[in-house]
Amino acid sequence: MAVASKEITRIMATDCGSTTTKAILIEKKDGEFRLIRRGEAPTTVEAPAEDVTKGVLNAVGEIEDLEGRKFLKAGEDGVQVSPDSSDGVDIYMSTSSAGGGLQMTVAGVVKSMTGESAQRAALGAGAIVMDIVASNDGRLPHEKVADIRRLRPDMILLSGGIDGGTIDHVIELAEVIKAADPKPRFGVGYKLPVIYAGNKDAREPVKEELGEQVELKIVDNLRPVLERENLGPARDTIHELFMEHVMAQAPGYPNLMKWAGHYVDGSWKQVPIMPTPGAVGKLIEAVAEKENIEVMGVDIGGATTDVFSVFTSGEETVFNRTVSANLGMSYSVSNVFVSAGYDNVMRWVPFHMDEADLRNRIRNKMIRPTTIPQLLKELIVEQAIAREALRLALVQHKDLATGLKGVAQERTIGDAFEQTQSGATLVNMMNLDLLIGSGGVLSHAPRRSQAALMVIDAFLPEGITMLAVDSIFMMPQLGVLSEVLPEAATEVFDKDCLIRLGTCIAPAGVLKKVTVLASVTMTKQDGSSIDLEIELGKMHVEPLGVGEKVNAVIKPAKNLDVGNGPGNEWIGELEGGVIGLIFDGRGRPFLLPQDDLLRIDKLQEWSKALNIYPERFMDLEGGE
Amino acid sequence: MAFAYTPGLRVADCTLVRKERRLPLAGETLVSIGDSVTADTIVAKTHLPGNVKMLNIANVMGLPPGDIPELLFVKEGESIEENQPLGQTKGFFGLFKNTVRSPLEGTFESYNKITGQAVLREPPIPVAIDAYLLGSVTEVLANEGVVVEAYATFVQGIFGVGGETRGELKVLTDGPADELTEDLIDESCRGKVLLGGSFVSYTTLNKAIKTGVKAIIVGGFDDKDLKEFLGYELGVAITGHEKKGITLVLTEGFGRMTMASETFKLLKSREGLLASVNGATQIRAGVMRPEVVIPLEGTEMEKSSGKSAGAMDIGSPVRCIRAPYFGKLGSVEALPAELQVLDSEAKVRVLDVKFDNGEIVTVPRANVELIEE
Repeated sequence: MAVASKEITRIMATDCGSTTTKAILIEKKDGEFRLIRRGEAPTTVEAPAEDVTKGVLNAVGEIEDLEGRKFLKAGEDGVQVSPDSSDGVDIYMSTSSAGGGLQMTVAGVVKSMTGESAQRAALGAGAIVMDIVASNDGRLPHEKVADIRRLRPDMILLSGGIDGGTIDHVIELAEVIKAADPKPRFGVGYKLPVIYAGNKDAREPVKEELGEQVELKIVDNLRPVLERENLGPARDTIHELFMEHVMAQAPGYPNLMKWAGHYVDGSWKQVPIMPTPGAVGKLIEAVAEKENIEVMGVDIGGATTDVFSVFTSGEETVFNRTVSANLGMSYSVSNVFVSAGYDNVMRWVPFHMDEADLRNRIRNKMIRPTTIPQLLKELIVEQAIAREALRLALVQHKDLATGLKGVAQERTIGDAFEQTQSGATLVNMMNLDLLIGSGGVLSHAPRRSQAALMVIDAFLPEGITMLAVDSIFMMPQLGVLSEVLPEAATEVFDKDCLIRLGTCIAPAGVLKKVTVLASVTMTKQDGSSIDLEIELGKMHVEPLGVGEKVNAVIKPAKNLDVGNGPGNEWIGELEGGVIGLIFDGRGRPFLLPQDDLLRIDKLQEWSKALNIYPERFMDLEGGE
Repeated sequence: MAFAYTPGLRVADCTLVRKERRLPLAGETLVSIGDSVTADTIVAKTHLPGNVKMLNIANVMGLPPGDIPELLFVKEGESIEENQPLGQTKGFFGLFKNTVRSPLEGTFESYNKITGQAVLREPPIPVAIDAYLLGSVTEVLANEGVVVEAYATFVQGIFGVGGETRGELKVLTDGPADELTEDLIDESCRGKVLLGGSFVSYTTLNKAIKTGVKAIIVGGFDDKDLKEFLGYELGVAITGHEKKGITLVLTEGFGRMTMASETFKLLKSREGLLASVNGATQIRAGVMRPEVVIPLEGTEMEKSSGKSAGAMDIGSPVRCIRAPYFGKLGSVEALPAELQVLDSEAKVRVLDVKFDNGEIVTVPRANVELIEE
């Protein structure tokens, strides 16, 4: 039955995570879109339910209970979420990372060139990259075959060779894939999707090699010339195949895909289900574009930590996403400890603990991942681990968010003394305007100042940076919404999703016998002014509410930079937040004191300056 | 009525245990519905494709890849023997011929005219799966495997190391609070599944391996011992594939932890029976916990408390699973609906737990585990 279209005023969006399905209801009221309710329920993709829609119905059901309204209606296949012109919602959409998300293997000729480009394309589309197969990856062909077979990816992205470049190496990679004859994780009896996005001259031979055996899609080369990437077509095809093949095989998804959509001019239009991180990436890109700023987002979950960034490189803005598959706060907590080491975790803890005791505690959190810290001391230890997880995730992000490697650079005489390598990281903490934190340990920290200090300690922003957290982790739903109704997505993002913590001001550069890193003069909107100094090794908070602004003049000491170059004055507006303005005089690069007593003293001093823990934390000691 | 859902580990006196025994690839099932099987009965088998070896014939012959096909002695898909000549160059006036020989026995799968590579495959690898349990076949999954069912005592652990094994259950400690020490292990433990109390050390574990013990079930184990035992730091909790000569099942967690007395009592009552044990643990999407299954021959009904799984109400037995009460057992005293502020300042849903000594404490609901009977 055709239904007349009408303006979209009521939106239901869900995110089917690996453990929880979260639903949000957005409505247009008084001319603006606002978040009305949120509901959640356990995800039901695995036994005994084995139907993702049950969790969706439960999460939406919670919203119905809380709102006292009905959004579910009887459909062809029983009760379903369905947009309708008269009641219920006008549009329904969903993202998904259930069942481990989208797992891919990528292949390229040279690991650091087309291999990395393929990796960036897959990560940007929201996949977890399990392996990068390359002609020069040091493995023998049979080892590559064995690895592909063992990992059982949902999809393979094959690239390699610039247009007009090598064909032989690309065919060799195709041969490896053919020999492995990989079988998909879900759905016995269907062919594995393989995307070819390499040298256009190798398309025919690749088709000959693989055409029969896999579901082959050929798209534009993702690295047509060495100097340029063209990741869009490969990313779009990954999304398309994710829907058609991977999702369609997962339990309950065929129905969920039918539900997601809305009526346009009387006919039903589907809204594709997006991989969760892909949707978050879309939103971050949209925000950066709209505000014309450089943005980083980090989502620290139980199993994985995702980092997103939009930085400018020359004339271009470049989006990057990385996923640190084994850095997280519950399932992966032991791995954070193993990767960072005992000393690195403990340097953030202002008391001593027995190593064997700490190890057992962390293991017990890993095997019972849903527990929460009851004691303040346990909270402090968890937040110390979070700092290290975030720091390591940033290191991995910096390694991949780089300029293109292998590109010949044109140098003039002026560059003679500045030898920069191709492939340098695009992550520039000084240029960063907005840093958004998300995930339980940040979004649900008992005090917002704890989240602020965790991201400052882990990411070490330089110069002037606005810090924010996602209030209830609804960036995935807003990401998919931004594809259909960008204005609604931005409105809700601004007003209900993002909690601005405040601006961090951190002078960076080589410290040469200075005690004052910068002097600051701020003029408030009422005309009153405040003068202060950013002292070496100190932190200071100046309260300034959400949306409030001051005009500031910041004069850094010689060699130090707050955004306009070493020693140069910075003049501009500083915006407040739930914490206010955070002046960080600890220096960049930042080093904690080596001496144990001094280190504990300093940690306590900074914690007090930001009021992150209750006073009694000063007396905490190790043990029970 | 106050009511809450909480995950718990199953400890069942007698329950119907259903095990899917699936092949990694399609194959042949060897038993039928209704067949009685022992743990060792092979229920299905298949062949995994053999490993692949790439051989660049063009390089070996020193000729362009396109010239090779006419010089090959074998066709794609043909069987080959080790050392068998695969092709030969024409040579120089019939002399100095260059012969390429097969490095393996198997199949000549394909040759690529562009790269000069031949794909050679080793013979298929046979794989067979056993029934794991003493029970009967209740379902045959066409070409994929079978389902074996048995009424059994079923105990889930919290963490394990090592894969499937089985043996006669032998109790080594007097009670759930006693450590399983080195001196308790002797020749009589060979081939057995041992039940200990609160703790086992790395030294004791080593002695057990040397003595030929199949598995150990205890309350706790130290993380530093785990590192020594595995030979590496375990990052992500996915286990089961370790080949350490023993399977370890922890019922409580890391550290010295008294085994829940119900668990100990129940397992002790099954001494002498054959226990199937699996240490495989996977703590992420698709959670998998280690298990001990003891089939009870001649039993055909469940014995359970009748409580629905996951339902917790006043009086339910619970175990605290986080400091400061970690490992303590008690019963639910109250389930207040309002959120309460913890020592950490987090505002969460809580419950009151009454310990055996009468003490009543408030803990977050997320920090208790239901002891399911």
